[in-house]
Amino acid sequence: MANDDAGHQAVIDAALGRLKGEPGPLLLVLHAVQDAIGYIPPAAVPQIAAGLNLSRAEVHGVVTFYHYFKSHPPGRRTVEVCRAEACQAVGAEALAEHARKSLGIDFHGVTSDGALSLEAVYCLGNCACGPSIRLGGKLHGRVTNERFDALTRRPERVK
Amino acid sequence: MSTRVYVSRDASATSLGADEVATALIAAAGAGTIELVRTGTRGLLWLEPLVEVETASGRVGYGPVAPADVPGLLAAGLLTGGAHALNVGRVEDLPWFKSQERLTFARVGIVDPLSLADYRREGGYAGLERALAMKPVDIVQAVTESGLRGRGGAAFPTGIKWKTVLEAQASQKYVTCNADEGDSGTFADRMLMEGDPFTLIEGMTIAGLAVNATQGYIYCRVEYPEAIATLNAAIKAAYAGGYLGRDVKGSGRRFELSVRVGAGAYICGEETSMLESLEGKRGEVRVRPPLPALKGLFGMPTIVNNVISLATVPVILAKGPGHYQNFGMGRSRGTLPFQLAGNIKRGGLIERAFGVTLKEILYDYGGGSRSGRPIRAVQIGGPLGAYVPASQFDTPLDYEAFAGIGAMVGHGGIVAFDDTVDMAKMARYAFEFCAIESCGKCTPCRIGSSRGVGLIDNLLAGKEPVHQLKMIEDLCETMIQGSLCGLGGMAPFPVKSALKHFGEDFVPRTGH
Ligand SMILES: Cc1cc2nc3c(=O)[nH]c(=O)nc-3n(C[C@H](O)[C@H](O)[C@H](O)COP(=O)(O)O)c2cc1C
Ligand code: SF4
Ligand code: FES
Repeated sequence: MANDDAGHQAVIDAALGRLKGEPGPLLLVLHAVQDAIGYIPPAAVPQIAAGLNLSRAEVHGVVTFYHYFKSHPPGRRTVEVCRAEACQAVGAEALAEHARKSLGIDFHGVTSDGALSLEAVYCLGNCACGPSIRLGGKLHGRVTNERFDALTRRPERVK
Repeated sequence: MSTRVYVSRDASATSLGADEVATALIAAAGAGTIELVRTGTRGLLWLEPLVEVETASGRVGYGPVAPADVPGLLAAGLLTGGAHALNVGRVEDLPWFKSQERLTFARVGIVDPLSLADYRREGGYAGLERALAMKPVDIVQAVTESGLRGRGGAAFPTGIKWKTVLEAQASQKYVTCNADEGDSGTFADRMLMEGDPFTLIEGMTIAGLAVNATQGYIYCRVEYPEAIATLNAAIKAAYAGGYLGRDVKGSGRRFELSVRVGAGAYICGEETSMLESLEGKRGEVRVRPPLPALKGLFGMPTIVNNVISLATVPVILAKGPGHYQNFGMGRSRGTLPFQLAGNIKRGGLIERAFGVTLKEILYDYGGGSRSGRPIRAVQIGGPLGAYVPASQFDTPLDYEAFAGIGAMVGHGGIVAFDDTVDMAKMARYAFEFCAIESCGKCTPCRIGSSRGVGLIDNLLAGKEPVHQLKMIEDLCETMIQGSLCGLGGMAPFPVKSALKHFGEDFVPRTGH
């Protein structure tokens, strides 16, 4: 993952070069940047704006409109806990509470060792098998407190 | 000779360990003995991970299987359909499955989702073949005659929408598929895109032919990475097979298709917000008119349809509009894939003709609550849908019958709650969700929703509860009357229904 300013610039340039010919490309570019860097660095905003002939305010406005785009570096893995109704019906709020306590952070927070971010999501499309979480991209159903701990404490796989 | 074994690759099945079961099967049986096919899910999510084995008498199922069960299953003769506590017999014979009327979901869970050969063998692309021999106006007429109404929630007749786009004159038209599926309790779009993506691709191609549109986009929510990957792979295969591109199957007709990914905004399921998002902008709702059918994506005439609406078009064309129209009741024609979720013993996807009652779905299919306690409330139609009490479980699932009890069928999501549910908390959540997801364009929704949360908090804290109740009711009316779109305009429905049917929960709490 590119994690210095020059690295970021190169990633963003590549995304712009590849996507700017597409109709309405801003979301495509933001996805490409977040996929590569993990978030949208604030310094990327003017570069993206210039590359797409948009104002900085427009790009900033889009980044902040969507819950999925992050302006701060996330943890190495993200755990998303579903807090929507079907999961609530089978104990999602208790699981959310447990997640906070067990990780020692609130929603939108990152653990102090940088290993995990905690996010709320509203439905993962796994509503018959709740409570549901997505951890490091993988969906899990019928998650108990114990299973949550086992999954989040499991050592990260080296890519 | 190796035995064919099917294990689902659907996200719900893998969320319960289907990948691990598949790995255990290969490891224990040896790669040479079994030919593993990864399918979508049959929708019997309570049986997942489900392992199906092809035998002389059909596909015999075992479920729910844990990886640790695999050696015992093999020892019991899994590969020949042998007896075992987890053996459920032929999956087609299970009443849960057999009683369904699978038209849109006919192939889901049966075929390899990325095999064009499977798709063709199971009747795929028969609809497109018909459509290629028809005039656009006749395709539109067939869709109109089928009685198909939009499955995204608003239930607007699909054929009428298409007619508007067909008759619009423009240099470019678009077909867009709304795969934002943000409603809690719904997963039919996801299951179809993961389990039979070619059906959606075929439906969109037919839509393109019907209105002379050459470009399609599927707007899929970012929460569905498995569906996005499957769609992209299927689109690639469809191009390679000559089913998409400059010259669809040698017809001289062009249809291009690609996937665009959302970014975690519920409002982007509202069609004009979705179009803004597709254009790369903030997903703010547009003022109507103009209709998207006339001025939609990039200002051009555009079809916006839900995944299930579009994926139902192939069977309508293949079997004829009359065949589809024969299912259903009243003005709700055809079938709806109901999604049974929440606190339920046997949840999953149930495709039935309109007219089946809520009670049948909850008890005959669902088997009651997962917790074993009485089902007290059911929310239907997503976070903007009303809560329905047990006294109304006899209502047939039909758009008009549900409107008649102040509820809605919507996208067909049915979420069960047992008697431990706190309906004041659910009403609070309805406001909270609206506040989180509001696009911010109009005041009743943006400010009103947060105010609603505060009012319920005050009520529960015992601050002038009678006054708060009156204020909540007034606020609901303001939001219903003054909101630009359905988010602010319908978020009061779950609140009002909770107040009406479960008023006993709206009382101050001790210890607050
Ligand atoms: C707040 C809100 C959210 C919506 N979300 C969705 C959605 O996720 N998927 C969908 O197909 N339709 C959704 N709709 C309905 C769409 O606006 C539109 O009616 C639909 O996509 C049209 O397709 P159809 O006629 O095939 O149903 C939503 C509407 C509102 C007001
Ligand atoms: S009702 Fe809410 S979501 Fe809809 S346009 Fe108004 S502010 Fe936006
Ligand atoms: S409500 Fe949690 S996955 Fe749908």
